[in-house]
Amino acid sequence: MRFAIVVNEGPYTHQASDTAYQFARAVLAKGHEIFRVFFYHDGVNNGTRYTVPPQDDRNLQKLWSELAESHKLDLVVCIAAAQRRGILDANEAKRQGKDGDNIAPGFRISGLGQLIEAGIEADRLVVFGD
Amino acid sequence: MSTLHTVNKSPFERSSLKSCLDHVSAGDAVLLIEDGVVGARKGSQFAGALAAKNGACAIYALGPDLAARGMKASDLVDGVKVVDYAGFVDLAAEKSRVCAWL
Repeated sequence: MRFAIVVNEGPYTHQASDTAYQFARAVLAKGHEIFRVFFYHDGVNNGTRYTVPPQDDRNLQKLWSELAESHKLDLVVCIAAAQRRGILDANEAKRQGKDGDNIAPGFRISGLGQLIEAGIEADRLVVFGD
Repeated sequence: MSTLHTVNKSPFERSSLKSCLDHVSAGDAVLLIEDGVVGARKGSQFAGALAAKNGACAIYALGPDLAARGMKASDLVDGVKVVDYAGFVDLAAEKSRVCAWL
């Protein structure tokens, strides 16, 4: 079965990003497919590579990036939510005249159409948030 | 069309559990996750509302979130079933859709 996951909450806020990550791993372990993970609202904060949590704490950005790498996941950050919160890729940084970008490996910035498409293409859309 | 409902906040903090229980249909499943697992505690003011739906609907609580809060299966309203993340995935696959009460 094909799943899509929406994450509406940033890392270290409450628990939504952790739950979404554990759910994603369980989906893959069951042999299902993940069509896309869409990060919306404060959820876009999962996608900055400048995250530096204490060494004995889980690094949610890194965990998502590693999961994306090992399972070829499509991690999409909402562009409007990202711009409000200072999440930029190289193209956006240039377009906005900023001095650098911070998008994490495995994440890409795109629009809400990607969420709509995930809702259409996936058999189940599962939302995690606050 | 049956639905898996997820509730992730304590009923002592938000009204999402009450809203969810007021809207579920027979054959649906309700899964309490994160702080939502508190809502399944035996003897609390929400236990009656939960027990009243348990039967027509199946009520579940996520085991790792119970453990993280020092709760165990014997602390829960009778009939509430404990599942792990794999069980969460199975419930999502079994039901036709998933509704998160955020």
